[in-house]
Amino acid sequence: MSDDTVKQELYSSIGQDPHTFDNPEIAHVTINENKVLASNTVPGLTVDVRELPDGIDLRMELEENRVIQYPVHMCFGVIPRTGVQRINLDVVIGKNSKISLMAHCSFPFAVDVKHIMDAKIKVMDGAEYSYFERHVHSETGGVNVLPKAVVDVGRGARFRTEFQLLKGRVGIMDIDYETHVAEEGLVEMTALVSGSGDDHIVLHETAFLEGASSRAVLTSKVAVRNNARSEVFNKIVALAPYARGHVDCKEIIKDNGVAVATPIVDVRDAHAHVTHEAAIGSVDKKQLETLMSRGMDEDEASEVIIQGLLS
Amino acid sequence: MTGKKTDKSILELRDLTLRLGDRQILNGITMDIWEGHVHAIVGTNGAGKSTLASTIMGLAGYRDFGGDILFRGESIKRMNIDERARLGITLAWQEPARFEGLKVRDFIAAGAKNESEAGLAHALETVGLRPDEFMYRAVDKTLSGGERKKVELASILLMKPGLAFLDEPDSGIDIDSIQRIFRVVKLLRGEGTTVVFITHSKAVLEQADHAFLLCGGRVVDQGKSARISKYFENECMPCGVRDPLARGETDER
Ligand SMILES: Nc1ncnc2c1ncn2[C@@H]1O[C@H](COP(=O)(O)OP(=O)(O)OP(=O)(O)O)[C@@H](O)[C@H]1O
Ligand SMILES: [Mg+2]
Repeated sequence: MSDDTVKQELYSSIGQDPHTFDNPEIAHVTINENKVLASNTVPGLTVDVRELPDGIDLRMELEENRVIQYPVHMCFGVIPRTGVQRINLDVVIGKNSKISLMAHCSFPFAVDVKHIMDAKIKVMDGAEYSYFERHVHSETGGVNVLPKAVVDVGRGARFRTEFQLLKGRVGIMDIDYETHVAEEGLVEMTALVSGSGDDHIVLHETAFLEGASSRAVLTSKVAVRNNARSEVFNKIVALAPYARGHVDCKEIIKDNGVAVATPIVDVRDAHAHVTHEAAIGSVDKKQLETLMSRGMDEDEASEVIIQGLLS
Repeated sequence: MTGKKTDKSILELRDLTLRLGDRQILNGITMDIWEGHVHAIVGTNGAGKSTLASTIMGLAGYRDFGGDILFRGESIKRMNIDERARLGITLAWQEPARFEGLKVRDFIAAGAKNESEAGLAHALETVGLRPDEFMYRAVDKTLSGGERKKVELASILLMKPGLAFLDEPDSGIDIDSIQRIFRVVKLLRGEGTTVVFITHSKAVLEQADHAFLLCGGRVVDQGKSARISKYFENECMPCGVRDPLARGETDER
């Protein structure tokens, strides 16, 4: 397959209009396996990519006091049926800058694909970094997704991340995000995942609230059907006065699904306040009966409810 | 307008009884709902109105009843909720469910058969919700009680059912909106839906042709809604105190 064909395949799998990237004001990088197929950057933003035998090193730095108007797109694809893709990400968002990044990860034909991400992210004082990760997988479950990130959130800085599987089966997924939050910093991490077949979902979202008045909200919403399993270990450690945090975990199980939630709240300052909420259960009966009373059968109705929850 | 002998029943309840836990809630209800008419079921708190609607809809916990329910002449006793709904029976709940994340658009589209986006927007407008404001809001706890009731009604409007039970459609609804809801009911009726209100309200009762007075899980009176309304308002006592059926005051049906 030519690079161009692969690129078209990749964009169409994620439903991305390739002409978006004709706009020189939109920064983007498109990578299939370990090859850069396209890229563009905008003033203030440096992106360096180095190809590795089984992936890439990607360093992204945004200067201080820069606001990037349009979301930056990163497309990571493995179009072949098998392969390993290792992404080493090093991100620095300069003081008081603002950027939003849309990462599309696409393995539409995967039978045996491993996607490993190792990220070091620094969001400097007063900066804002929003990171949306959208996945498209094959229907076989042959994907192994292992993203790991360590994030430093500076004073008054904000880090927001949202993980969503848009299409296909999860396969095996183990997300491990650790954040360290300085004074008045804010972290919001959300994961929305729906598993079926024999999918296995593991989430570790952790926030260390190290600075006074730092805040974190960790949200996970997971649905498991058939024989899928999910384990959510979300954790907030509050170490400073007036730190505030909330861990929210909702899991819906159907069929023989298994869901385990272990929210951990560790508070070491008398002026801090952290709460948690975990709910695991089948689809709510009244919601189900309401949709059924409009003529949907039970399966359709529970799908609508789950899709709503995960939207 | 009270029904004539030629009127066709869309729903017939035959000696319906139901126990919940160790309590007998429905005590032998026999009732005919006429196609094309607007009916009202009235009764004090705890009379069994919502229980009756839940039993007709076939909700879990309300399936094990005595007697029979016939829809267009056929027993629906063994049918699930969705089978009953696909026949054309639906219920707007007294306290509608709240979902998480589900958008108004997707909720109201659930019962609609291949409705266009314009059709969905029109239904929202009809119940008094601005589509640009509400279409993509979640049907969750952020909607006010009245807004949630209106979304419920929009969903029913789109479903175009043969028979709709509206359980306290006016609760949480402001005065202006009640008039709008009555217009929606006229629309429903125009499209061939038989409407049954469940209510305590005189204003709602007056919209009906025919009313049933429920007390202690029994129909203790039925007839022209004006007469039932007057009785319900002025004389209705805790049940058992006076039995209007025994006074021979019923209307011919
Ligand atoms: N699951 C249950 N177990 C036992 N009793 C129940 C149950 N559900 C309802 N009841 C009782 O059945 C009676 C009828 O309840 P229902 O909700 O049908 O009343 P209603 O006429 O709709 O009243 P309202 O006007 O307050 O809505 C009440 O006394 C109620 O407490
Ligand atoms: Mg009631």
